[in-house]
Amino acid sequence: MNNLILLPVFIPFVAAIIGLIFRTLPVQRTLGLIGMAAATISAILLLNVVMEQDYLVLSLGAWQAPFGIVLVADLLSAIMVLISCIMGILVMLFSVQSVDNARQKTFYYPLYSMLIMGVNGAFLTGDIFNLYVWFEVMLIASFVLISLGADRAQLEGAFKYMVLNLVSSLLFLAGAGLLYAKVGTLNMADIALKLAIQPDSFLINSTAILFLISFGVKAAIFPFFFWLPASYHTPPTAISAIFAGLLTKVGVYTLMRSFTLFFNQSFEFLQDILLILAALTMLTGVLGAAAQYNIRRILSFHIISQIGYMIMGLALLTPLALAGTVFYLVHHIIVKTNLFLVGGVIEKVKGTGELSKIGGLYRALPFLALLFFIPAFSLGGIPPLSGFWAKFALVKASIDAEVFWITAVSLIVGVMTLFSMTKIWAEAFWKDAPEETENKVEPKTLKLMYAPIAIMVLMTLYLGLFGQGMFEVAERAADQLLNPEGYIQAVIPQSTEAISKL
Amino acid sequence: MSTLIAIIIGALVAAGVYCLLRRSLMKLVIGIALLGQAVNLLVFSANGLKSANPPLIEASAKTLAEGTADPLPQALVLTAIVIGFGLISFSLALMGVTYQKTGHDDIDALTNTDT
Repeated sequence: MNNLILLPVFIPFVAAIIGLIFRTLPVQRTLGLIGMAAATISAILLLNVVMEQDYLVLSLGAWQAPFGIVLVADLLSAIMVLISCIMGILVMLFSVQSVDNARQKTFYYPLYSMLIMGVNGAFLTGDIFNLYVWFEVMLIASFVLISLGADRAQLEGAFKYMVLNLVSSLLFLAGAGLLYAKVGTLNMADIALKLAIQPDSFLINSTAILFLISFGVKAAIFPFFFWLPASYHTPPTAISAIFAGLLTKVGVYTLMRSFTLFFNQSFEFLQDILLILAALTMLTGVLGAAAQYNIRRILSFHIISQIGYMIMGLALLTPLALAGTVFYLVHHIIVKTNLFLVGGVIEKVKGTGELSKIGGLYRALPFLALLFFIPAFSLGGIPPLSGFWAKFALVKASIDAEVFWITAVSLIVGVMTLFSMTKIWAEAFWKDAPEETENKVEPKTLKLMYAPIAIMVLMTLYLGLFGQGMFEVAERAADQLLNPEGYIQAVIPQSTEAISKL
Repeated sequence: MSTLIAIIIGALVAAGVYCLLRRSLMKLVIGIALLGQAVNLLVFSANGLKSANPPLIEASAKTLAEGTADPLPQALVLTAIVIGFGLISFSLALMGVTYQKTGHDDIDALTNTDT
């Protein structure tokens, strides 16, 4: 039963390894899709179990925590694993038609499975060094994917992406080493327990800052965001889309995990810093987007501004704010991946994503216009779409916490997000095409590209119209994050006595 | 001994950051390698450097006796070295391809994808 937690990591791994042995594309493709589908099913089962019993813990090799490595699924992890698997299979389906054959043949599907494995591993691990290893698994797969095909632009972007992420990993490793030197354990629950019993703010704050910078680079928060708009628009759209949806969110997830579980006592010192960073992240992202005239570049900058909202929710650290953040994460992953994929269809049909060179798509591709309209205005926060409820929860939480300046910033950024989305809408869809150009591909043949987009749009609509169920789950996840005792006790059952003394 | 190691770590970090701030791609990779070594040393010396008995559990005992070394940082640093080796190999390969395709070893010439 507990082994269930291993499946979302293990299945993509098996699919990738077998795919590497059989080197033909059809085998790799089928294996990749079957693997992702199976992983999605296992993630659904995992979420079901976690909903019932709150926590699921697996001690690998039966070495008891805190000595062995544990995999822990609480609600937040289970939700994130499920959403990453769903996005994994949908974007993989999209790449069948959208990524060119030469790239697909160079181990695209095994690498992609490895990437999802790394992401899921990072969501599930309960060990700080193991988290570092999962980061590296994820990074090396993403390095190869982003440079796959070796276009000049891709290489330039990939190099910046690689250097910044390697430096951030090194900072994380240094932080983990210092933390081990201080508390003598690597198990996250045990770290939390030891720090709760014997606080030492001096060393912990220095480690917390190292972690903040390292995860901040991965999450692309201000001032560490510049690698993202320089690289995310260069690879094929399917790759940018899965990166945009998942990779920065791993950074946000680890920030949430570490700052609610074991850095919670130094939180007062960090709260103001996080709030200011959140505000600046929101503003730089949205202002950067305003200056862009390429669909994917605009969307890349919007990832940054949306990350700001999540950091704001984390910084407020109230039940409503955290629930809003969890809801925001899910909403954002779906919507952002969706928008990148729509951009991919436009680039496929028209051959470019430059807004000045395209137009008239509303008339030419009315169905695509609808598929763009819903996620774009969800991102802008128009009721009753999912983005509205996510923003509403965060804004209400900031008013409740009486941090009115961040409320103001988040509302202004919301309006400016809408401005950017209407810019794409007006330029690409409404204005007349600047010159009559032949479609590069007949849109009707792109069924495999349309299908994943349509499914994501339905998910966005569902989250918006029937979001209450999801929000209740998000509230439970937030409750778990705010009461780390449950997490500690689930991982180290013999710690009951120590916890009761706290 | 700890002081010496601390000074070495500091020197490696300084050299690494200096290389990272240069404009050449090759020096960038060297800088990452140096930083990686500094962090490995930091993790290795995390639990203090002292002469101690090898971490072997006596046949009659169940736990480590007093005065034995902590084996964990060494296990960690081995893993970190292996991962670091893989990443440095990849960055050298990427650097090679980037140099071939763009004809530049100068980072300032690689700003076409920036905004």
